[in-house]
Amino acid sequence: MPTDRELALKSLHYRRSVLKWIKHAGAGHTGGSLSCVDILNVLYNRILRVSPVTFSDPKRDRYIQSKGHSVEALFVVLADRGFFPESDLETLGGYKSDYVGHPTRHVAGIEQNTGALGHGLPIAVGTALASKMDDAGFRAFTLLGDGELAEGSNWEGALAGAHYKLDNLTVIIDCNTLQITGRTRDVMNHEPLAGKWAAFGWAVRTVDGHDFAALTAALEKPLEAGKPSLVIARTTKGKGVSFMEDVGKWHHGVPNDDEYARALAELDAGIAKLSGGAT
Amino acid sequence: MYSPAAKAVAEKLGLKMGRANLEEFADTLLGLAKGDRNILAVTSDSRGSGKLGPFGQALPKQIVEVGIAEQNLVGIAAGLGSCGKKVFAVSPACFLTARSLEQIKNDICYSDHPVTVVGISAGVSYGALGTTHHSLHDFAVLRAINNITIVAPADNFEAREAVRICARHDKPVYLRFGKAPLYTLPRSEDVPFVLGKARQLCDGSDVAFLASGETVIHALLAAEHLSADSGLQCRVISVPTIKPLDIEAVLDAARECRAVITTEEHMVNGGLGEAIAGHLVQNGIATRFQIVGIPDEYTVTGSQADIFRHYGLSMEGLVARARDLLR
Repeated sequence: MPTDRELALKSLHYRRSVLKWIKHAGAGHTGGSLSCVDILNVLYNRILRVSPVTFSDPKRDRYIQSKGHSVEALFVVLADRGFFPESDLETLGGYKSDYVGHPTRHVAGIEQNTGALGHGLPIAVGTALASKMDDAGFRAFTLLGDGELAEGSNWEGALAGAHYKLDNLTVIIDCNTLQITGRTRDVMNHEPLAGKWAAFGWAVRTVDGHDFAALTAALEKPLEAGKPSLVIARTTKGKGVSFMEDVGKWHHGVPNDDEYARALAELDAGIAKLSGGAT
Repeated sequence: MYSPAAKAVAEKLGLKMGRANLEEFADTLLGLAKGDRNILAVTSDSRGSGKLGPFGQALPKQIVEVGIAEQNLVGIAAGLGSCGKKVFAVSPACFLTARSLEQIKNDICYSDHPVTVVGISAGVSYGALGTTHHSLHDFAVLRAINNITIVAPADNFEAREAVRICARHDKPVYLRFGKAPLYTLPRSEDVPFVLGKARQLCDGSDVAFLASGETVIHALLAAEHLSADSGLQCRVISVPTIKPLDIEAVLDAARECRAVITTEEHMVNGGLGEAIAGHLVQNGIATRFQIVGIPDEYTVTGSQADIFRHYGLSMEGLVARARDLLR
């Protein structure tokens, strides 16, 4: 099990790679990828029982990224976990590349093609149900954006998850409070979020979505027997790059050369600091 | 559903009245599911209308109820299918192929999961319930989606065979059933049912009827009527698979017959007729050609039989179209 410090170092590298490949492709969902990096980091390095070797095992844990637009973060983490060489991302967004702007099963490690919002939760409900039916013991996780919660299909899935008492199902909301038009609360307010899900019959925990220990504690096992788990991860869009943090235009902004250099300098300074002090 | 004259022709042909394809589907599925616990029915408060009550009673662990939530129905079906289940997602065709179209497109077809999407009480089966309950768009929208086979069985034999094939198929399929009892096509079991293949029921070279689903029987009755009344020899082809289309059978019929009539319980926009027309034009075949379906207008009110009769999908209507076309 990697330490929090090792995960912190990984996240800095992941963020560096996310920016590198978005810059290389000339397109991508920068802000949302940076906000969910730490969540994916904890999932793939601490929680999910899945690896390139076990990916064909019917009893592997399943991760379905409902907020498919943050695919760059997922690609980078999957590459680090050995599902494919990171150099594959040189084709990102290119002609005949499998690495398109949303997850597809043509890429090793991807469970489900997503990109249209409001799809991940019902699919994860079906996945968790299959595990229960076969007594297979695997868990299903799905990551939603907070803006995505305006899609009604999420609430259909929320009903079903509780109805079937799917305690092997965990929904994580990457609650970065921004969507393309502006603040989520101004576009379509979903608060009180925890109260809504609790009323739907879910076990709910709110955590700092950049705190590895808190994320781990919330995800390592179901929050409550007999109920599906909802983890509200309070995050910052554009996390890790000072001038991108909590700024709406970075939703799908691509850094210019100067911005890219400044961003890498910040991340590299963080890497140097963490790598330097060995204790 | 049948006029006295149509019933007389059916009697002359010795056709037996079967049951609704919906019932054939439910019974066949139950039989298959008893032998394979991975076969699941997923319903959206639709087990009654899907005739799946007995299924639910016999195999309660193999039926998943999602409530009145078609998007959830298809999403959950995709999740189950991704884990090795053979899923039949059952809901009225009108809701299933409209409200949850995006889930069919992305979660099942794009992700390529072995789910059979079963549209029940399709076309104008719900007749007098009105346009909310009609599915006259399903062929058109699903034809425009990659990686789904579209099947509309014409009688109980085709329905039974289609369900059996779907239960061992590992790709997305859309199955479309009506709820009215149907005549069984003559010697139906002698003509193999294969996905993607048309089934020629009788031969002739005057008019070719290329018919789909539950309009096939009306085309067959029309052909018999034309033969007895006018000595015309008609070819009747059941086209249960709308996509992929049996292009060879279509082109042969158009080349070998004097006229072609397509029939479908669907709007004339984007359905079987337009699919066939496209292939004829692209193969340089100019022939007398008529698409018979529901026109692009406020659909006439009434029962399924009323609607069929009004738009010429009944035996009498098809006879008149054939005569007009040959005139």
